[in-house]
Amino acid sequence: MAGLTHASPTIDVAVPLEGRPRRISPGFEAWRKFRRHRMAVASVVILTVLTSAVVLGPLIWRVPINEIDFTARLTSPSWQHPFGTDDLGQDLLARMLYGGRISLAVGFAAMAVAIIAGTLIGAISGISRGSVDAVLMWVTDLFLALPQLPLLLLVIYLFRDFLKNLVGPEAGVFILIVMVIGGFRWMPVARLVRAQFLSLREKEFVEAARALGATTPRLVIRHILPNSLGPVIVAGTIDVAAAIIAESTLSFLGLGFPPDIPTWGRLLFDAKDYLDIAPHWALFAGAAIFLTVLAINFIGDGLRDALDPRKVM
Amino acid sequence: MGKYILRRLIIALPSLLGISLILFVLLALAPGDPFGELATNTNIPPEVRAALRVKFGIDDPILIRYVRWLVAMLQGDWGFSFSSRIDVDKLILQRVPTTLFVVGSSQILALAVALPVGVYAAMRPYSIFDQIANTLAFVGFSLPTFFTGLLLILIFSVNLGWLPFVYRADIAATGWHWYWENFKQAIMPVAVLGLFQAASYTRYVRSAVLDVIRLDYVTTARSKGLHEGKVIVKHVVRNALIPVVTLVALQMPAVFGGAIVTEQIFRIPGIGSLLITAILANDTPVIMAVTFVFACLVVVFNLLADIIYGWLDPRISYH
Repeated sequence: MAGLTHASPTIDVAVPLEGRPRRISPGFEAWRKFRRHRMAVASVVILTVLTSAVVLGPLIWRVPINEIDFTARLTSPSWQHPFGTDDLGQDLLARMLYGGRISLAVGFAAMAVAIIAGTLIGAISGISRGSVDAVLMWVTDLFLALPQLPLLLLVIYLFRDFLKNLVGPEAGVFILIVMVIGGFRWMPVARLVRAQFLSLREKEFVEAARALGATTPRLVIRHILPNSLGPVIVAGTIDVAAAIIAESTLSFLGLGFPPDIPTWGRLLFDAKDYLDIAPHWALFAGAAIFLTVLAINFIGDGLRDALDPRKVM
Repeated sequence: MGKYILRRLIIALPSLLGISLILFVLLALAPGDPFGELATNTNIPPEVRAALRVKFGIDDPILIRYVRWLVAMLQGDWGFSFSSRIDVDKLILQRVPTTLFVVGSSQILALAVALPVGVYAAMRPYSIFDQIANTLAFVGFSLPTFFTGLLLILIFSVNLGWLPFVYRADIAATGWHWYWENFKQAIMPVAVLGLFQAASYTRYVRSAVLDVIRLDYVTTARSKGLHEGKVIVKHVVRNALIPVVTLVALQMPAVFGGAIVTEQIFRIPGIGSLLITAILANDTPVIMAVTFVFACLVVVFNLLADIIYGWLDPRISYH
């Protein structure tokens, strides 16, 4: 394996040693590597700006999202409506800020579901040998082979009304979408965690802890899990982007949130019939999804360089 | 090789069964009773209602209902579409070729872009070309298909007027003209789906080629005096393709998901748009059948990947 070229340029950078070796904490080391990925750093800035815009924006831009004004239908961007208006004369900037909150919240919540489920299944599978491991991995492979979008649509079709009656239209759809998107994205995490567990549990430090009388739960929680989190964080970042795309896709197909909640995908869905007279409507919403997803993907790439010297795709 | 294919087929069967079980459990768990309407209708006496329930076996244990449903599916009895007034299997058979055509051509386009770009980028890692290709790949898989689709429609149909934005299955033309019209209307959907996949495939190809290009056997091939093109194509790419095939197979569910979106944007009469129409029309038999067909397609393409895998690396098929 002489002269193996790595997939990324920031691996194996020699730490400059002036005089005696300085103590470098793992967190600082990761940050030093992450900083070298310029696009990732720029993406952190972009994502911070976008997130604070959707979180704080509605406090500053106080136009209601459902103020109908037929005299200002489908107007192009102007000072009064910086992003223009839609077919009912509603202000698009206000709608985008509100919808962005939902899109980002879905992304992060679905990521959390996927990470928790994946880590749990991967950890159980990795620590227990034999039939438990075999069955869990068969289920993981089965889920990997499932056509996700059709099943997402099917689940939402079957359970939408039930949850709507249970906890109200907005919360019901939110929970449903988050659970379903997260429920179809835990498999890569489970595989990563299992692979990490399989190699870590044979390491000397785990053996030492076991020899000292640590119970299996303690071994897992204190020793193995913290050491296997690097790739999980990277996968989690990518999952946020994938979940945002999945939610936008559902909304774009008209099957996500109800029509009065303007998520970015929903805005595109509504805008697509007015492409010829009001292209700004679709362009702003699409650009917002694109920018967010691109920034998150670049951050994931930077984190991969920083936390995980091996390739995980 | 024949034995290997047979073994993969036998392994594929349990996953199909598993998928069908998941589908059926979902349907069974879903709230809402198919006989709910009868329960509220006061004209139907309770005895008749009970008799109907027994006849259709609604109250049987779930396992028995599953077996009954599976047997019906295997016999080709896929139910009757409420909204189209036609047998579900006929409806789907009409639509599947269009979907396969779009998905197939987009995969060919994706590989035709990704293979040369990925290999070239890996031959000169960190060069300008590599960096541009890498950035473009990131942009490519961050652009959701529904947005690129709308952008292409905006540019090529609305502004330039070059391409039609509604896909028509019944083109009133013959001979070359028919092919030309078909080609024109397929450009945008195939490009949207193909380029999206090409972005991630390019990254797979690049990293797979990087893994093998500096190995000793490649140096040996070069020092034998082989032509550089031959070294790359016969020695590097063939081995690099093995992990790529796995990753491409893992992408299959996403590819068919992308097909649904693309079919919806360009109104292609495939099974993806059929699924959306059926959901909007609450047409449960069609929804179940289309989802199952998608699952089967994914399994079939995974099987295909396994076979290619065995061909690329003969060691695999001997085990």
